[in-house]
Amino acid sequence: MATNAVVPQSDKIAAREAKRHVMEAQKVYGRGKAVHTKSIKDKKLRGNLKAVEAKYKAAALRAKDAEILLEHDAGYLETEGELERTYKVRQDEIQQGVGIETAKKGFELKLTELGPYRADYTKNGRNLLLAGRKGHVATMDWRAGKLGCELQLNETVRDAKWLHNNQFFAVAQKKNVYIYDQSGLELHCLSKHVEPLFLEFLPYHFLLASAQMSGFLKYTDTSTGQTVAELPTRLGCPTSLSQNPWNAILHVGHQNGTVTLWSPNSQTALVKALVHRGPVRSMAIDRQGRYMVSTGQDMKMNVWDIRMFREVHSYSCHQPGSSVAISDRGLTAVGWGTQVSVWRGLFDAALADQGKVQSPYMAWGGEGQRIENLGWCPFEDVLGVSHDQGFSSIIVPGAGEPNFDALEANPYENVKQRQEAEVQGLLNKLQPEMISLDPNFVGKLDTISDKKRQEERDLDRKPEDPIEKLKNRGRGRNSALRKYLRKKGRGNVIDEKRLKAEALHKERTARAKERLRAERSELGPALGRFAR
Amino acid sequence: MATTSSGCTIVSRRWSTIEGASRSWAGQGGCVVAAAPRPAANQGCFSDWQRKSKKKPGNFVCPPSTRISCCLFLSLTTPKSSIMKIKALSRPSASQQTPGTAVVRQPRNLDPAQHPFERAREYTRALTATKLERMFAAPFLGQIGDGHVDGIYTMAKDPGSLERFASGSGDGVVKVWDLNTREEVWNTQAHENIVKGLCWTPERKLLSCASDRTVKLFDPYNSSPESPPLATYLGQSAFTGITHHRNLPSFAASSSVISIYDLSRPSSTASQTLHWPTSTDTITSVAFNQTETSILGSTALDRSVVLYDLRTSSPVAKVILRLASNALAWNPMEAFNFAVANEDHNAYIFDMRKLDRALNVLKNHVAAVMDVEFSPTGEELVTASYDRTVRLWNRAKGHSRDVYHTKRMQRVFSAKFTPDNKYVLSGSDDGSIRLWRANASDRSGVKSARQRAKLEYDQALIKRYSHMPEIRRIRRHRHVPKSVKKAGEIKKEELAAIKRREENVRKHSKKGSLPARQSEREKMILTTEK
Repeated sequence: MATNAVVPQSDKIAAREAKRHVMEAQKVYGRGKAVHTKSIKDKKLRGNLKAVEAKYKAAALRAKDAEILLEHDAGYLETEGELERTYKVRQDEIQQGVGIETAKKGFELKLTELGPYRADYTKNGRNLLLAGRKGHVATMDWRAGKLGCELQLNETVRDAKWLHNNQFFAVAQKKNVYIYDQSGLELHCLSKHVEPLFLEFLPYHFLLASAQMSGFLKYTDTSTGQTVAELPTRLGCPTSLSQNPWNAILHVGHQNGTVTLWSPNSQTALVKALVHRGPVRSMAIDRQGRYMVSTGQDMKMNVWDIRMFREVHSYSCHQPGSSVAISDRGLTAVGWGTQVSVWRGLFDAALADQGKVQSPYMAWGGEGQRIENLGWCPFEDVLGVSHDQGFSSIIVPGAGEPNFDALEANPYENVKQRQEAEVQGLLNKLQPEMISLDPNFVGKLDTISDKKRQEERDLDRKPEDPIEKLKNRGRGRNSALRKYLRKKGRGNVIDEKRLKAEALHKERTARAKERLRAERSELGPALGRFAR
Repeated sequence: MATTSSGCTIVSRRWSTIEGASRSWAGQGGCVVAAAPRPAANQGCFSDWQRKSKKKPGNFVCPPSTRISCCLFLSLTTPKSSIMKIKALSRPSASQQTPGTAVVRQPRNLDPAQHPFERAREYTRALTATKLERMFAAPFLGQIGDGHVDGIYTMAKDPGSLERFASGSGDGVVKVWDLNTREEVWNTQAHENIVKGLCWTPERKLLSCASDRTVKLFDPYNSSPESPPLATYLGQSAFTGITHHRNLPSFAASSSVISIYDLSRPSSTASQTLHWPTSTDTITSVAFNQTETSILGSTALDRSVVLYDLRTSSPVAKVILRLASNALAWNPMEAFNFAVANEDHNAYIFDMRKLDRALNVLKNHVAAVMDVEFSPTGEELVTASYDRTVRLWNRAKGHSRDVYHTKRMQRVFSAKFTPDNKYVLSGSDDGSIRLWRANASDRSGVKSARQRAKLEYDQALIKRYSHMPEIRRIRRHRHVPKSVKKAGEIKKEELAAIKRREENVRKHSKKGSLPARQSEREKMILTTEK
């Protein structure tokens, strides 16, 4: 039935659809709030800003439209019935359920002798670095099962991290940090890093940071070899270290339950937060730098909003969580004792201000391996669990980012691409000075000091009246004027401002007295006593 | 195997409740399922269904179309066993590179979450681009031919050609050059004295004027070098400048008055003369507006800039500046705007409709500006100065975009943009004509699409971050000759001293007793008359 009323209705729907489309695009791809151009008086500025805003909008819409080019969908594990639980699903069941290629990604390395192990994936998730406490270091292309190099360092190894690609890695050994190349050749000994406990590598800044037993946090530029910063935490031996991948701030966990946030530009911590009632065992920050999950010796797992510095949720563990890791799609793996639990939607729930997520998404372990460290493999549904019995790679559907950006990190890169990416990375290397809590501060205008400068430049400006501020501010006993006159420490200073203030005070008291007198006389001798 | 809309398959892997009918549908690509193969507690219901279906338990087979429902049904009837949907990421390597080709795909994902430090990285790229731009800056291309024996005081582009231009020197020689070959194509001893002005007629004839009180017409295209002039026009006093009307066959030559000559008439004297009623001093330059064709502008030694209208044969407006101006150039795109090169080291852009205030003041030279010209786009200007430099300006900016100099270049008396906007010509006292790039880091070779895209991207980046101090510093930094630098420093100090003195006076005099501060754009204007 094609009536006349149908047409506008469909138009309305189309308009609504378009609006929704724009909203959605802005939400994901928008760059902040649009400037309100209508209120700008300057015609030229308004025109320019309008053009810029139109560009931003078009860019967001095009980015949204480009989504159809994304090839892969994220993995998932879903129950059919209400009574089933995803955390009951075992690894062998998953491996049987998924394709052969994917099933091969779950494997187990039995390395019982030289553990416990720590593991690290490269930025593109192709290579795996294993470091056993007793000196065993090995690299491998884990998907192909190819061993890269294997070292026996005959020394305590506390941590190991890949540098910008799979060609170099750093190992925190007993006394110093050493850098090895892909064949296991020792390239450098960073003697400034004394007794390192934890390592972190900031890939965009080419900075290698280590937390030392002495409590120092040291940054070394791996492209130039310069020491960039040595920061004293002054809180004793740190218990954990992790980086915020969104703004390259390092989070250091301490014995007393505080977490301090560091940038190489400040000798003092940017933020100190008391997050646990015991040593902070581990921390992880999601990739957009919104939430931090930490575990402590107090058997708690806390979720923090690190933009607001506010605790969102707190969970209890049966044992202190020894390690946490957050995947690209927001799955949180926490290792406690011999168990690993994977939580899903912790941050979504926080975002929507819902209640807590009640049960984990997946679970693994309980077979006697004490978990040392967890790591999500980038762009894969794989969680690397390193423990005192070796290393286990487990499949966690829905963890990995399905669509990678080949110019950012390419899991399928060939040699040429790797070399190209290295050169590009070095050309675009960010300076350590650009590290700050707000990563977008670069290029922003300092409007406050500009305003002040403009004012100073104006030669005809009115001189500021010092007394102006004291007038009309508050009344009675605590007025600004009385406060000023009362203030100690400048009793002997008689300057123009003081004289003026005193004069003003005198005038006011006189006026008040006069008013009182007038009122008294008006009320007469009997009622005058009640005048105030 | 049944495929749901989400691309996942639901399969019952093993079903031990059905005795003997252990079924296994292998889930091929990323699929599912599930699990606990334990006997059903609620066997009754299941057996009911079996009975209804009237199939023997031993060979229980569903038709393909009913498999989903059957599985669901079974899962409902057996609460302890579960069916789950599983899909894990799997990217076949063929999806990265098509078999048999060497082309590697580079999929992109524009999600901002995958691109941290967006702003900082963009800024770093902008910084690199700025540095690269400065690294590739090589403005000087070379000299045109062998130049002149004496200094070059005037140059003129042929408006009908991209490659021909003429130059006149102090010994009266006029030469015509070809830009493609950078060689001389025609020359003549036109005058006995300094050639003060040159211009081309629309018929591609060349007019030259000199201080020997003659204007001569040559035909460089159709005559051999050193051929005599086609015509000679005589004047009362030494000529200083010449300009041709856009479409009429007449030209204006300046001396103490502006004489308009008609080319179509045989007479060798002026058809009319123009001058400001009260002015007596020499007029130093004259220029026809090429858009609003009857408007004519002139500069004179009495520090005035005068505009005339040929339709009324009278002067229209006059503005007197603090110092005399040397040259005047009309904006080819905005017919009402013109620029003058002034002796006070600045160039001024005026709107002819509003002469009591300059549109812009171009400050950077440290000696008198001898010549000024707009680019064909009207966006930029080039000035030649007595401080031995050529400067390029953006119409809307107060300081120069670039400064060109060489060790051997002497006082520059003439500078021109080439008609394609890509190059700049300068004629100087040392007798040579130099060819410069209008954009110092520009390269003229054929560029691949990628190269072009990269350059455009770099330009956009630089523009976006041009307010950043580091980028601004690098972009602005130029190496200038020591004398120029020193002169600039001294000038700056002197100007600051003057300003300070004025402010001190202002501070210690009664309010209102001094006139209000004047804007930089109004300061140099002494009077305007109409």
